[in-house]
Amino acid sequence: MNAMSTASAGKASINAVSAKVLVEATVNGVPEAFACEPRQTLLEVLREQLGLTGTKEGCGNGNCGACCVLLDGRPVNSCLVLAVEAAGRDIVTVEGLATDGLHPLQQAFLEHGALQCGVCTPGFLVASKALLDVNPHPTEQEVRRWLAGNLCRCTGYDKIIRAVLDAASRMAAETRPEAAAGLETAADDGEVRPA
Amino acid sequence: MSATGKHRASGQTYRVIGTRPIRHDAYDKVTGRARFGADVRLPGMLYGVLVRSPHPHARIKSVDTRRAREHPAVRAVVTAADMPSIDSEAVAELGEGAIELRYASEIILARDKVVFRGQPVAAVAATSLQAAREAARLIEVEYEPLPVVQDPVAAMAPDAPLLHQDLYTVTPGGGKAERPSNVAKHVQYERGDAAAGFAAADVVIAREFRTAMVHQGYIEPQAAAAAWEHDGRLTVWTTTQGAFSARQQLADLLQIPVGRIKVIPMEVGGGFGGKIQVYLEPIAALLSRQAGRPVKMWMTRAEVFTGTGPGSGTYIRCKLGAKRDGELVAAELYMVYDAGAFPGSPVGAGAVTGLSPYRIPNFRVDGFDVVTNKPRVQSYRAPGAPQAAFAVETVLDELAQALDMDPVDLRLKNAAVEGDRLVYGAPFNRIGFREVLQAVRDHPHYKAPVPGGAKTYAVGRGVAAGFWFGGSMTSTVHLTFNADGTVNLVAGSSDLSGSRASLAMIVAEELGLEPDDVKPVVADTDTVGYNDVTGGSRTTYATGAACWRACQDAIAQLKARAAKLLEADPEAVAFGGGEFWLWEEPQYRISIKEVAASLQKTGGPIFAKGIVNGLKMAPAFGAHIVDVGVDLETGKVDILRYTAVQDAGRAIHPASVEGQLQGGAAQGVGWALFEEYVYDQGVMRNPTFLDYRLPTALDLPMIDTVIVEVPASDGPYGVRGVGETPIVPPLAAVANAIARATGVRVRELPMSPERVWRALAAAGRAEGLFASHADG
Repeated sequence: MNAMSTASAGKASINAVSAKVLVEATVNGVPEAFACEPRQTLLEVLREQLGLTGTKEGCGNGNCGACCVLLDGRPVNSCLVLAVEAAGRDIVTVEGLATDGLHPLQQAFLEHGALQCGVCTPGFLVASKALLDVNPHPTEQEVRRWLAGNLCRCTGYDKIIRAVLDAASRMAAETRPEAAAGLETAADDGEVRPA
Repeated sequence: MSATGKHRASGQTYRVIGTRPIRHDAYDKVTGRARFGADVRLPGMLYGVLVRSPHPHARIKSVDTRRAREHPAVRAVVTAADMPSIDSEAVAELGEGAIELRYASEIILARDKVVFRGQPVAAVAATSLQAAREAARLIEVEYEPLPVVQDPVAAMAPDAPLLHQDLYTVTPGGGKAERPSNVAKHVQYERGDAAAGFAAADVVIAREFRTAMVHQGYIEPQAAAAAWEHDGRLTVWTTTQGAFSARQQLADLLQIPVGRIKVIPMEVGGGFGGKIQVYLEPIAALLSRQAGRPVKMWMTRAEVFTGTGPGSGTYIRCKLGAKRDGELVAAELYMVYDAGAFPGSPVGAGAVTGLSPYRIPNFRVDGFDVVTNKPRVQSYRAPGAPQAAFAVETVLDELAQALDMDPVDLRLKNAAVEGDRLVYGAPFNRIGFREVLQAVRDHPHYKAPVPGGAKTYAVGRGVAAGFWFGGSMTSTVHLTFNADGTVNLVAGSSDLSGSRASLAMIVAEELGLEPDDVKPVVADTDTVGYNDVTGGSRTTYATGAACWRACQDAIAQLKARAAKLLEADPEAVAFGGGEFWLWEEPQYRISIKEVAASLQKTGGPIFAKGIVNGLKMAPAFGAHIVDVGVDLETGKVDILRYTAVQDAGRAIHPASVEGQLQGGAAQGVGWALFEEYVYDQGVMRNPTFLDYRLPTALDLPMIDTVIVEVPASDGPYGVRGVGETPIVPPLAAVANAIARATGVRVRELPMSPERVWRALAAAGRAEGLFASHADG
């Protein structure tokens, strides 16, 4: 949107309708096909073409995490992914988190009041899901490190971190009751984020 | 839910107030269903893009839009020639702050001259975002660059280049200077005799401070869509702190009647004062009128940084004098606030908030509103106050050290109470400053020993305080009743952080319902009565009071219906806990839900209203405790422990109050340590979140909170607005902690690793390989 640097250049060529490419991908478990220009980001196509506006644009250059989606299970900033790169792949957005009722992370965010304006919330939820998928028992510091790529300006992160830790223990309790009873306290160490 | 928040409840108990129900807006926000500014999709919608000035100061010689108009996907192109020209000095009241309309118009589209880099000069709308961007690059603008004025202190020099040939300083008496300058306004407050006060003081400390221009940093960029119909009706969807303010600005700027305009407020992805002034809305409207189709626009992050309104950078000198026992006897403040390209910095609020927390018999405050070639500032959470508190609260800390006093005791000795006068003369209503300071002194964090450091790592603890006024202005709410006993709460206050829940809880409390029984809606400008902006910490206070009044109206009407059902006179009917009963025969009772179910049989629907048009000021005081660790080899500062204490009057939804305290503290830490517009010849060099660094989850610990409840003098339950105050204390609290840790005072923000390290090195306190090679 920013034409500042070239405002007086006037050298761009007129290119009315760029050729579009047909892309097939799985979006929130459903096969989708869409036509897009090769220069369009996944974020733009999700929002402006597929109507999946839960994924937010906060910065457009990968610094804020508001547009975080899962691509084949891994968290990516969809503003840094071209839509054509999603061909044949599996995309999960915030709209796909609730399957059989709310995801435990969503429930924990509700109960902890882990949001204020809510515009960063989808990115935090998707990124947190990615964390718990690879590290079901994160320490507070591991949650903070993992979510350092997601900016929140309203909450000071306190309630978000608590909600993620609470969701982790609830999910552990569902799969292994002894974890919730406090019989298991060891946490995973080390770097867990996928390369 | 919070494990940490302490809640100091005063006597009276409530059924709903003070509980922590799941917020009404939260479900849509965790599922992605909530619709924010950029989430609008309209049939036939076009995308709008701006052309912005690459120069911070230049005359516009020509704007050639011909090639853009020839682009086959382009449907509209506008320049300032399409905007009505505003020649008067009429002022647009923004609710928080104000701006002359002719300046607001220039910010939206520059006419003859650009005065900041990023100022729009033209706009295009096309059938796709990509095509609109292409077409914007085809617009040719010829500029004649002019000398750049970057530093506000340099801008005050008599020979500084002028931004506006017709800008004459408004003097303290209300007069005008004889020669034009870059100083838009000089405010002054005086009491007693400052010189005599300093002469009588035992200790006098004078220091100078600088704070960088900072941004509110809301994560959602500005976004708007507009549809201008052929019959003259204009509908605007926007992310705004005040739909009615946006509507008024649109009417003034486009010179069309307000009755033709409908503003639909979307969810607001953070505002903090920055989403009151319109930027994109008028341009989207003009593009839509030309194209005959709806137009949507949103800003990139770089546009948000360079093209919206940040918070003022400042230069402040602060001098305080005290007796040996700590009694403050004299003060002087000299404050320069950078307004950016057009007049209107919050220097007035800075001048008032700086000294008002303390009883000082002799003082003089001079404040200057100065224009420079930067984006025109806007309100940012407690606008003007954090910078002033940074100076005053730092000098207070130095005074405490010089007097060998506990810094909290020094503040307690001088803290204002009810009846003490703010610097402009009005008395404080009931305030809880002393109670807040006592809560700090009693807190386990303050009582705990300061953690030990290491040879290359110094640890220290700082405290600082601050306040915000707590405004009222105008609010309107409506209540209607559904047959199942649920209530529709229609409000006009934008919800930035959960106010819908607080408002619904007040209605539930009064009507004896559950919070879930109340359905709060933020309405558009055609649907609800006039309502001022969400700003100034006024929503829970003033709109909450409107809710309370609407409930009293509803109860009176419902009593008449209950009387019919109970076959009694309305005067014989009592109400409480969600039930109506007969005073004389309490066994005859009927629930509010039963009355609601019978409305059609007892006279038809009920419509209740609550209007507030001016409550007393309800100031909220806060004080923060912070432990920092300073790496003496690198100058990096870690926040090790943080406690925010604040008077909330009465916490309606304590989790939301805690969230305000935590979020404000985090923003303040960012202001103190990281955030800064880096300027070079009027060009911002860091307009991304990579280089303009907001605090991340990794930069902060859990933030402990203490809610103190000293009831306000006005409004229901004693509630005070809490949003602004938490950003006032952190700047000085962090600086004081660094000083206590290292013995070195840093008086310029941000206290970046480099700046801290240089200060350490200059004082011989740096450690490591390069410590002795420092050039200061």
